[in-house]
Amino acid sequence: MKEAVLSIRDLTVEIPTRHGILRPVDGVSYDIAPGEVLGVVGESGAGKSMAGNAVIGLLTPPAHIAGGEIVVNGQRIDQLTGEAMRRLRGKQIGMVFQDPLTSLNPLLRIGDQLTETMLAHLDISRTEAEERAVAALAEVGIPGAAERVNSYPHEFSGGMRQRVVIALALCAEPSLIIADEPTTALDVSVQAQIIALLKRLCRDRGTAIMLITHDMGVIAEAADRVAVMYAGRLAELGPVREVLMQPHHPYTAGLMGSTPLASRGKDRLHQIPGAMPRLDSLPGGCAFHPRCPRAAARCSSAPGPLITDGDGRAACWFPLDREGVA
Amino acid sequence: MLAYVIQRVFQSAIVLLVVGLVAFSMFRFVGDPVDNMLGQERTQADIERLRTTLGLDQPFPVQYYKFLTNAAQGNFGVSYRQGRPVSDILMERAPATLELAAVSGFLAITIGIGLGVFTAIRRNGFAANAIMSISLIGVSLPTFLIGILLIYLFSVELGWLPSFGRGETVDVGGWSTGFLTSSGLQALILPSITLGLYQMTLIMRLVRSEMLEVLRQDYIRFARARGLRERAVNFRHALKNTLVPVITVTGLQLGSIIAFAIITETVFQWPGVGLLFINAIQFVDIPVMAAYLMLISVMFVGINLIVDLLYFAIDPRLRADRTAAH
Ligand SMILES: Nc1ncnc2c1ncn2[C@@H]1O[C@H](COP(=O)(O)OP(=O)(O)O)[C@@H](O)[C@H]1O
Ligand code: SF4
Ligand SMILES: [Mg+2]
Repeated sequence: MKEAVLSIRDLTVEIPTRHGILRPVDGVSYDIAPGEVLGVVGESGAGKSMAGNAVIGLLTPPAHIAGGEIVVNGQRIDQLTGEAMRRLRGKQIGMVFQDPLTSLNPLLRIGDQLTETMLAHLDISRTEAEERAVAALAEVGIPGAAERVNSYPHEFSGGMRQRVVIALALCAEPSLIIADEPTTALDVSVQAQIIALLKRLCRDRGTAIMLITHDMGVIAEAADRVAVMYAGRLAELGPVREVLMQPHHPYTAGLMGSTPLASRGKDRLHQIPGAMPRLDSLPGGCAFHPRCPRAAARCSSAPGPLITDGDGRAACWFPLDREGVA
Repeated sequence: MLAYVIQRVFQSAIVLLVVGLVAFSMFRFVGDPVDNMLGQERTQADIERLRTTLGLDQPFPVQYYKFLTNAAQGNFGVSYRQGRPVSDILMERAPATLELAAVSGFLAITIGIGLGVFTAIRRNGFAANAIMSISLIGVSLPTFLIGILLIYLFSVELGWLPSFGRGETVDVGGWSTGFLTSSGLQALILPSITLGLYQMTLIMRLVRSEMLEVLRQDYIRFARARGLRERAVNFRHALKNTLVPVITVTGLQLGSIIAFAIITETVFQWPGVGLLFINAIQFVDIPVMAAYLMLISVMFVGINLIVDLLYFAIDPRLRADRTAAH
């Protein structure tokens, strides 16, 4: 296997508060290979965005990386600050946010936002950057790109703006894109197009994607591998087919509903009884045990041990076996 | 856009008509000009003749119309006290006030915005906190007290700067300017600080809070995520968005600088229109008072109009909405 684009080991993010230290990301490890799409899935509040922000160095204080390693293209980056980190952002790691309506500066033409990004990272002239801006817009499917570079964000629809955002994230040719709920804010009719576009562009360039979402449908469509997060920890990780069809972790199985992949309804995530615990009142042991149909006494005393199965792994005392039932 | 401008000019004209009505009413209801102008020894015939010359025998709307057409041509009649055309007196006095207001406004805007940005970017730094604390003084102390304190310190105790008057002025094409002599410039320092301090602190605090708000926006995060330099993020992306709401308040503040000049001019015996107005009140010199009112309102309305047009220049969303709306 080629060297991973992104490799995180035991990543821990902490937020000091008056009532103690919260750990929105707690000992998470995974790799993303060049050109691979890793889906990161879990209920809202699981720590998916925190993990993504930690990688690109944009945690909002007081949240900070408290432990573990982040390695991008062979370089350890979790200790980098200021200018050194800035050079990586956009150039090696791109980011796409959830809401395209608020991601673009309303007062700057999109062509200017593209050129300023390229000029910050690439050794090219302004004229060349301007030419590339037009090409980048054309590539993300903006009709009349040559004129549209002069448009302001408000002159585009939500879907078109997300295309612009994708062009911006890719314009300095990063090897990894972190896409944090890239379609959640969009009209259902354009969601699939945007995912397909993102996937195609990244495949053409060999760019890896960390695709953060709470939508299993998006995962099934786009991801090569899946990381399932629960209350800051990695519950399960593996190739998409195996995780979706034969989950080992009861939480993954719960996310999929009782019959994996049989239903594609949007309400699947709500089929697990109860809600994810708040970070300041995490249950001991396996944080999932109050909601887990398989929980037993030892689940509340210690977190589930890591079990591996081929390329996959899960953290659970009583994992589901390969048939997906006990 | 053009339709909007026309609409705003129309509104401004209405405001001026109303102020004109107030100014005109002073002639009729605050004292009798005939009384004022004729001495103790007068005959009924004298009174009638003067009434006819002044047009006071005509119906109210006709008089108002005459007043307006005269005012529009800069003709406000003759000062009761000085017996000279009010327009001549104003022309003599206006440069002093306008130069003072211009310097104060310039200081208030440049230092206000500069410190506002600084205290927002370094929001937890020692210097920023110190500036914020000191700025409370600027907001809470009344103008005349600041003026007196400055005079005490820099004129009486240290003897560095003059405590009253404009210093030497040079006549440039009918405009007496204090900018060209060193005593003129020195004389400007204390009054312009006194006059501009309140507006400066107000602008600074406003810029700071707006900038902090803007820095929290998604497009700033996205600008950082693209690896733009901190300078570009702060000044290209954040400052421009900060200025949109700041412009209105700043515009109004410039208007009030001219209005507040009355106090400063009195404290420093500055020979401008403010001091003229105060003297006019003492002598119930109605034509001068009316002219001053009109002059100030024309400036207010003019500044408001300019502020509106600045919005168009800076915010593309308005340009689009307005053009679409018409
Ligand atoms: N400033 C903060 N103080 C306390 N808790 C926070 C803060 N910011 C985020 N959190 C918590 O961190 C957890 C992880 O958040 P996030 O990564 O955004 O979740 P996800 O993206 O998976 O929905 C959430 O439970 C959230 O409540
Ligand atoms: S460790 Fe126990 S509680 Fe946690 S998921 Fe596995 S079976 Fe359920
Ligand atoms: Mg999130």
